[in-house]
Amino acid sequence: MNLTRFLAVVKARNIEFFRDKSSLGWNLAFPILLLIGLSFIFSGDGRAAYKVGVVDSVQVHLAQEQSIGSELNKTESTQAKSAFLETRYIEFINYSKLELAKTKLSQHSIDLIVNFSKKTYWVNQDSSKSYLVEKIFLAQHHDFSQQQAQGKKIRYVDWVLPGILGMNMMFSCLFGVGYVIVRYRKNAVLKRLKATPLSAFEFVSAQLLSRVFIVMFMSSVVYIGCNFFFDFYMLGSYFDLFIIGLLGAFSLITLGLLVASRSKSEELIGGLLNLTSWPMMMLSGVWFSLEGAPDSLKIAADILPLTHLVAGARMIITEGATLVDISYHVTVLLVMSTVFLSLGAYFFSWNTER
Amino acid sequence: MNTSVIEVENLTKVYKGITAVDQINFSIKQGHCFGLLGPNGAGKTTTIEIMEGIISATSGHVKYYGQMASSDISQQIGIQFQHTALQDFLTVKETLDLFTSFYQHTLTHKELIELCDLSDFLDRDNRLLSGGQRQRLLLALAMINDPDIIFLDEPTTGLDPQARRNFWQLIQNVKKKGKTVILTTHYMDEAEQLCDEVVIMDKGKIIEQGSPHQLLKKYFTDIFIYLPLAQVPNELVLEKHWQVVGERVEITTNQVESTLLLLIEQQVSLDGLHVKSANLDDLFLKLTGHALGAEIGENK
Repeated sequence: MNLTRFLAVVKARNIEFFRDKSSLGWNLAFPILLLIGLSFIFSGDGRAAYKVGVVDSVQVHLAQEQSIGSELNKTESTQAKSAFLETRYIEFINYSKLELAKTKLSQHSIDLIVNFSKKTYWVNQDSSKSYLVEKIFLAQHHDFSQQQAQGKKIRYVDWVLPGILGMNMMFSCLFGVGYVIVRYRKNAVLKRLKATPLSAFEFVSAQLLSRVFIVMFMSSVVYIGCNFFFDFYMLGSYFDLFIIGLLGAFSLITLGLLVASRSKSEELIGGLLNLTSWPMMMLSGVWFSLEGAPDSLKIAADILPLTHLVAGARMIITEGATLVDISYHVTVLLVMSTVFLSLGAYFFSWNTER
Repeated sequence: MNTSVIEVENLTKVYKGITAVDQINFSIKQGHCFGLLGPNGAGKTTTIEIMEGIISATSGHVKYYGQMASSDISQQIGIQFQHTALQDFLTVKETLDLFTSFYQHTLTHKELIELCDLSDFLDRDNRLLSGGQRQRLLLALAMINDPDIIFLDEPTTGLDPQARRNFWQLIQNVKKKGKTVILTTHYMDEAEQLCDEVVIMDKGKIIEQGSPHQLLKKYFTDIFIYLPLAQVPNELVLEKHWQVVGERVEITTNQVESTLLLLIEQQVSLDGLHVKSANLDDLFLKLTGHALGAEIGENK
């Protein structure tokens, strides 16, 4: 290797990088934002060891108010009942519907269900964690009657499947569209296309359709192929799953179009796409459930399209939900797609000025 | 045949305080090959891209057939950009298919393949094309809608001499079809070979315009005679005020016969004698005070 030439290239590349202010700024900001985000997500006293569903919600609210020192007149009976709710390292989740809680228990998503007013609890006999938390519960409430939840056990792979497929779709949609458009813009492919009668709308629509086809085809192939080996859990309809996947892909592609609408710098777009994709990977429920997360985190997750794709698909797969049941997620994805597409089309630039 | 197809009026383009094109005017006649000449940075590409509608002018107008350029002009013109990438992983044939789909009226693939000599690499990936093959494909894309007006922005830059000459032949073929060709180049020999009329630009302004023959006739009456320095007595060089250029003596004269007789009388050997008329390079040097080649070198 010729060292002089090598060092000259290194120097030139360094100058280029440091003179690209947007890219430089991004490279500084991204790790800082990531550190702030992670410190927020994993802040607190540590994660709970067990999750217990409570179906009479009064008990949960009461325990929460006690913990902040609220002065309430309580009966001895209520105090005894709520003592269990103050057990450390157990997370208590309020359910308004017993059936949903039983589904979660049977799927090992929670470890125990308690109904204090009916002095009843539900346990999953196949779960070691359910067995252990039952022992803790019975130490204080030995007079409760035991019930067992019915249903097929859900594995982590079943639970995480929509997240993995959704994440894969997200990367394909964002980078496959956003990055490519910026590359086209940079190396003058867009300029060449602008010199033809092709309109911006035609170009953008073509990119959208092409990517929707690619993403849905690839996701279908992955799902069908893996299903032979894993025999995935599926309570809902494949048609509904396809529709929510289609809506999710559409919203993610339009987001990619919006992000790439003006930039000419591949390094900047790489940063912007990472800025878009990393929060979704961390907060959209891909790897872990957000059920017990702080409300502020849930609100942040709610503005991310992947959250609605994953949540909708997961409800179809694990709870047998229909499109009507997940109409909130469907509506949010439709609204997001409309907003992203409108803004993307408005801001889109062939960027032919030198 | 002498109708103006394009009129450029008071065209100006300012980029971030830098005037790239400064109040230029010219018109282009139908069926002519019109050359925009000048070094890198002269404003040729900016001018041509405003004419194509790719970028907007700061002020001034471009008219096609006496009318202001409209958005559907792209159906009637063909463009070959100076720097453009083609979609990766597509073959030449697939690229032709893609661009064919953009236009209402197109030449057949057979006509394009014949006109631009594409038959040898039709199934080759765009990424694997040589420089000459790539330029031929780009010319085919410019011709795909059978336009009456074709813009070629430095089409032979970076090509080897053989490929350049082959490309010139393709442009001659296009001219024979009656098309109006607008060509930018910093190769003056290319302009002399191809252009019926030229505009010479420098620093955003037009410094001269006319046919190459008219311009050379206007500025040069002399012929250049070159002889190896070792063959010409030094006293004769000093007495006649001839120039020494490298290892050669440059004799500038408008009377070739008498000059040659003088050399013979002085018993100067005529081995290695080279006689040359002034060309557009010499004209550019005369007009700007700096050589075109030096400008190009500086800008590389």
